[in-house]
Amino acid sequence: MRRLRAAKDKAARYLMLGIGIFTILLLLVIGLSLFFKALPIMREKNLWVLLSSADWKPFKGDFGFLPFILSTFYVSLIAIIIALPFSILTSIYLNSYASKNVRRFFEPVIDLLSGIPPVIYGVWGTLTIVPLIANTIAPRFVEFSSGYTVLAGGVVLAVMIIPLLISIMVEVFRSIPKEMTDASLSMGATKWQTVKKVILRKSISGIIAATVLALSRAFGETMAVLMVCGNTAKIPHSIFDAGYPLPALIANNYGEMLSMPSYESALMLSAFLLFIIVVLFNGLSRFTLNQIERRYQF
Amino acid sequence: MKHLEEKIFKVIMICAAMIILGVLMYIIGTVFYRGLPALTLDMVTKLPGGGFYLGKEGGVLNAIVGSLYIILGSLTISILISVPLVMYINFYLPAKSIFSSMIRFSLDILFGIPSIVYGAFGFALMIYLGIRASLIGGILTVAMLIMPIMMRSFDEITRLLSRDLPDALLSLGATKYEMVKVILRQLMPGLVTAILLAIGRGIGDAATVLFTAGYTDNIPTSLNQPAATLPLSIFFQLGSPVEEVQNRAYASAIILTVIILILSFSARYFSSKFSKNKI
Amino acid sequence: MISTNQHTVSSYTNSFIGMDEAITLKKLIANQSIRIENLDVFIEDQHILKDVNLTIPEKSITCIIGPSGCGKSTFLKTLNRMHDESPEVKISGKVFVDDENIYGPHVNVIDTRKKMGLLAQRPCPLPMSIFDNVAYGPRIHGIKRRKAINQTVIQYLQYVGLWDEVRDRVRKSATRLSIGQQQRLCLARGLAIEPEYILGDEATSALDPLSTKKIEELFVKLKEKYTIILVTHTLRQAKRIADHIIFMYLGKIIEAGPTEEFFNNPKKQLTRDYLSGSFS
Repeated sequence: MRRLRAAKDKAARYLMLGIGIFTILLLLVIGLSLFFKALPIMREKNLWVLLSSADWKPFKGDFGFLPFILSTFYVSLIAIIIALPFSILTSIYLNSYASKNVRRFFEPVIDLLSGIPPVIYGVWGTLTIVPLIANTIAPRFVEFSSGYTVLAGGVVLAVMIIPLLISIMVEVFRSIPKEMTDASLSMGATKWQTVKKVILRKSISGIIAATVLALSRAFGETMAVLMVCGNTAKIPHSIFDAGYPLPALIANNYGEMLSMPSYESALMLSAFLLFIIVVLFNGLSRFTLNQIERRYQF
Repeated sequence: MKHLEEKIFKVIMICAAMIILGVLMYIIGTVFYRGLPALTLDMVTKLPGGGFYLGKEGGVLNAIVGSLYIILGSLTISILISVPLVMYINFYLPAKSIFSSMIRFSLDILFGIPSIVYGAFGFALMIYLGIRASLIGGILTVAMLIMPIMMRSFDEITRLLSRDLPDALLSLGATKYEMVKVILRQLMPGLVTAILLAIGRGIGDAATVLFTAGYTDNIPTSLNQPAATLPLSIFFQLGSPVEEVQNRAYASAIILTVIILILSFSARYFSSKFSKNKI
Repeated sequence: MISTNQHTVSSYTNSFIGMDEAITLKKLIANQSIRIENLDVFIEDQHILKDVNLTIPEKSITCIIGPSGCGKSTFLKTLNRMHDESPEVKISGKVFVDDENIYGPHVNVIDTRKKMGLLAQRPCPLPMSIFDNVAYGPRIHGIKRRKAINQTVIQYLQYVGLWDEVRDRVRKSATRLSIGQQQRLCLARGLAIEPEYILGDEATSALDPLSTKKIEELFVKLKEKYTIILVTHTLRQAKRIADHIIFMYLGKIIEAGPTEEFFNNPKKQLTRDYLSGSFS
């Protein structure tokens, strides 16, 4: 009996250890297999040429990733520029000003926003943002725009990353000891002054980490962006031009292009690029956030 | 002067919060406004008929059932992996173990990997193993996507559990394995919350199933057959030039949104129940 | 399934009434006692217990008192090897339970813990029914027959005076009980694994005075058959129920002795200061 119990315990322990190792290895396996799949194209062409050329003619063997990289970058940048002020202001409001009831009301709102599937955001974007840009905003600046633009992608993406930003920032603000804000308030500072001088200054690293995390989420977002961005393989020259971010490139072409090994390899290279950027950004910001959490744990 | 600034910023902040609330309403409102006229009972009870994509009759039952199959399959896999792992890092490994922080860190990173990368990796893996786009391919890929989501949220809840219960069990002479079995009962509402969250993410994601699950107008009868999914069904219908088909895309979007709303609210219900039990 | 169980329980009780005095709680083992030699405990770099040498007399109540942070709870945890769960705790020295060093090389930690019934500061019912709470210990330790389990559960619930209060809801969740009832349930649960020792870690500090009184009465009743070691922060409680007192300060045992002598005629200046309330 006692032997059996001990044996069960031991078996469970080894099984769990195995799963733990598997989880750590999974990350490595994903990275390596993407890398090896991307290797042929990197052997064929200089990596720098691939990344810096704007010529995308897969059937002629030209694979220039620059339009896609720039599109990804622009779309994400627009998203962050729009989302950041909203998120900071809202999370300060929720943390320092809002009553308990308001906070309790806003929690499900944030949850819902982050729970809505990308496709729904895409549907919403094509129904509202795209026509808005085509008919109202773009005509003031350029002669013609279809509405399916870098800007549309940025706006939709902004809405998608706001819940992520807010939920992390609220955590970061909450990690500031109450004594610190109380000390500022007791010296006669207004709440806003306290926010400016104490809370924002103390949580600057957390805000940066949240921003980086949201950026990496934006880099990888596929469906919603694909639905509103226009997807033409040219470098966008203004925010009213169509863009073609990396994830959309993969989604639109991968799976059908297996007959062309170099094309497949090129698409895998873009997946690998995404993977590397996201892992780096994620790793850095999660590390920072973990440090913040640990610092204020006691 | 400083009080004026205070007031101005307070107003700005309230505006920001209100705009976010407004956008949520706007999104849900838009989808419902455009989709409701096309939402009929046929949509949820019938398969796409001949000429469905030209505006003739039929529904998206294939996609609803396909999504359900994929989520159930991937859920089973990820529960089988997440639950033991979360128990391991919380109750088997010591509190400040390097191994457990390594696992948590890699979960954080896996959590951040975009679904399209999982999709591409899953597809490459399937080619390597010789599997066509099929139900099993979709299940495996979605499982990779939702596993870190489930683990992280279950882990967060598990970390809140006080040491009293494990100590009580150990002092009765329970082995760790016996201890964990009892603790899981206590953590059940937390696990349900984590599962609902994972379902929400898994059922709505299109990029993972785009290459791996394929698409079909029928309900798959075996793991090797392709399966349709709700997000892809929306995506494809929206791409149609026919207006009826586009409207049905909005109706399908309502179906997906309602599923997500229900999941989200039940997750909230369960997690609030959990915090009550915790005292 | 559940209803049949309930039926068994109630039919069993009927035949049980009037018999509770006849129950022999357990076979008594002669000369059970705890002896501690040169015990040192470190948590990370902190020296928590310093060279503890001690004998705890059998079948009596020994109370450990001292200001908070003096190492009382750490000491109690060394007795049932709960520190095994925390790798940052280093233990050296010997703890003899029934003449066997529990920190010896071939000792099974589960056997050691089975010998010690622990009553924690806050009652912590397991997430299951009242019945299953008490049945949990016997079940994991290999008792399978339903009749034997029923008998054990009822016996110990009666022993802690809970049976009459809960007899019609033993299949309901244990979390619905009042906190005092929960603590008595935890005591019954601990007794059901048939320990030889009972460890109490400020077991009444979360309870109201009435529940405290009930628990204290139980301890006094239990000392006929068990060796009881209690950590307490109230001097009055120690005075009320203890046979022996151990006074600890900063990880050292300052003074130990019979209750009366300890309170009326303390030998050390530190003890006198503590008793007069100079520090706490």
